Amino acid sequence: MLMMAVSVGLLFATGAYMLMRRSLVKLVVGLVLLGQAANLLIYVASRPLRGRPPLVEPGASLPPDPHSDPLASALVLTAIVISFGIASYTIVLIKRAYEDVGTADLKEFTTTDC
Amino acid sequence: MLVTLPILVPLLACAACLALWGRVRAQQVVAVATAALMVVVGVTLLHAVLTQGIQAAALGGWAAPYGVALVADPLGAVMVLLTAIVGLAVAVFSIGGTTEARWANGHAALMLAMLGAISGAFVSGDLFNIYVWFELMLLSSFVLLTLGGERAQLEGAIKYVTLNLLSSMVFLAGVGLVYASTGTLNLADLAIRLDAMDDAQRATALGAPLLVAFAIKAAAFPLYFWLPASYHTPPPVVSALFAGLLTKVGVYTLIRVTTLVFDQERALLADAVLLTAGLTMVSGVLGAMSQNDIRRILSFHIVSQIGYMLMGLGIALHAMPPGDPAVLPETAVLALSGAVFYIIHHIVVKTNLFLIAGAIQAERGTGDLERLGGMARTHPVLAGLFLFSALSLAGIPILSGFWAKVILVRAGLEEGTYLIVGVSLAVSLLTLFSMMKIWTRAFWGEPAEPRATPSAGAWARLVPIWFLASITLAIALGAPWVYEFATSAAQAALLPDAYIETVLPGPEVGVQPATPETGGRP
Repeated sequence: MLMMAVSVGLLFATGAYMLMRRSLVKLVVGLVLLGQAANLLIYVASRPLRGRPPLVEPGASLPPDPHSDPLASALVLTAIVISFGIASYTIVLIKRAYEDVGTADLKEFTTTDC
Repeated sequence: MLVTLPILVPLLACAACLALWGRVRAQQVVAVATAALMVVVGVTLLHAVLTQGIQAAALGGWAAPYGVALVADPLGAVMVLLTAIVGLAVAVFSIGGTTEARWANGHAALMLAMLGAISGAFVSGDLFNIYVWFELMLLSSFVLLTLGGERAQLEGAIKYVTLNLLSSMVFLAGVGLVYASTGTLNLADLAIRLDAMDDAQRATALGAPLLVAFAIKAAAFPLYFWLPASYHTPPPVVSALFAGLLTKVGVYTLIRVTTLVFDQERALLADAVLLTAGLTMVSGVLGAMSQNDIRRILSFHIVSQIGYMLMGLGIALHAMPPGDPAVLPETAVLALSGAVFYIIHHIVVKTNLFLIAGAIQAERGTGDLERLGGMARTHPVLAGLFLFSALSLAGIPILSGFWAKVILVRAGLEEGTYLIVGVSLAVSLLTLFSMMKIWTRAFWGEPAEPRATPSAGAWARLVPIWFLASITLAIALGAPWVYEFATSAAQAALLPDAYIETVLPGPEVGVQPATPETGGRP
């Protein structure tokens, strides 16, 4: 569990660092990493138990205690699907932006600023 | 089941538009008809909420707190209605305000998906569900923003996408932490469990990521730079849709979670919200003064006016005593009703000003004040409509913005938060200055060269502007009724017992069977 918690922190830190770089590609990598960090955080925070799936035995009405929380996995699955769609959009966006602006350096992206 | 309609109607129509791919005229009919139907649904929902109390539905037959709950209280219902009104105006304007190619590439489907997602966020009673609506809203807004692929659009989109995704990730992480600590995501259930936790600091700490995420969506200081960098880049009609609705979803969720869920340490939140409100107002209005393009000026004013809405929320939180009071302090109700009034007025007026900017751009081919002039002589009707909306926004007496600001200022004086009152009055003057700058530079002076062929569809551009202007006038003339409604919405939000009772009927919620005043519009 401790290792999982540390990986969540590392993912957040790496994602935030990548976001602050000047390269377009690193920006997308940063966004994807942040998404993974949030997903892993939800999963770890629900305290999953090894080998205790929330399966209901025949004849029973509840899974045997203790069991892992299935809702967290459902939330993460939903979030993964959404972040997949968003990541594909962002990759196409940076490709088009790179072609139109002619550079991947975010310092050159200033024409719409104040 | 009435609560599900604001989501179902636009999403089904979105699917219909995808089925009608390539048939522009049919999609235009579907978009306008759906938006009109949404207005009907919005009015019905608001009427039902005001006459029969809060409406709730449990999706999939799973009762709350296990299933996803949809809830419409007065505040949520009026936001749904305003979404529909903006949607209708924007759908009609799109016929004359955007190109055929844009329609052929899914303008209608994206617009309807966005309207459905926004309505979903307004009626959702579940934290994760709100996250899903936010993402659907963002994804459709991303594509609406970049459709066409001009260089400025792409550049603006990069900033918009990055900061909004960052806020989504912070939101999602916050949702995870809240779920891990409480084991629930239902807002009403959360309100009960966090109060029962008896650890106010921990509850507030859990709320912090969510509040930061919503503040970014609301374009509050300091993370508002995505808004003025991107809102002027897409076609004006898309700017109008964004300007009217997107940031207000952030403000709405802020009001919702601070009054319903994270109400354990109101004094701390009040200071944070008031500080943010003041800085948002000032930085927005100062940014606007240095701009020379109509839509850039208006974009910065969105930021500045978000500050007014937060000011109402901040004063209301400041005036609330700790704990769950049996009787609401009048100042708190007054302040929050000011915020609700301001949101109602702002959504209509701001959308209209962006539509007028779009009409100017369609006639003259530019929104740059250096190249405009003399529009009052060539387009007197448009000039009159602009002047009316601009003065409403600045808050000239008896127009709609005036009443909203009067309520806020009065609440601030009653509560003794003089600093924010002073700031808001000064910002008001600067807003008037900015609006007059557009007026003198675009409408007075010698007419510049008119565009050889003003693009077709002028009626489709003028009708929605008239429509929104008449609603603005109705808000101004019917201010007492709007105020009465805003008061009942504020009461229901500040004393959420009825909300919790409706979502989770049962003996475990036994504070008191609150009966929120069901004051109605005429």
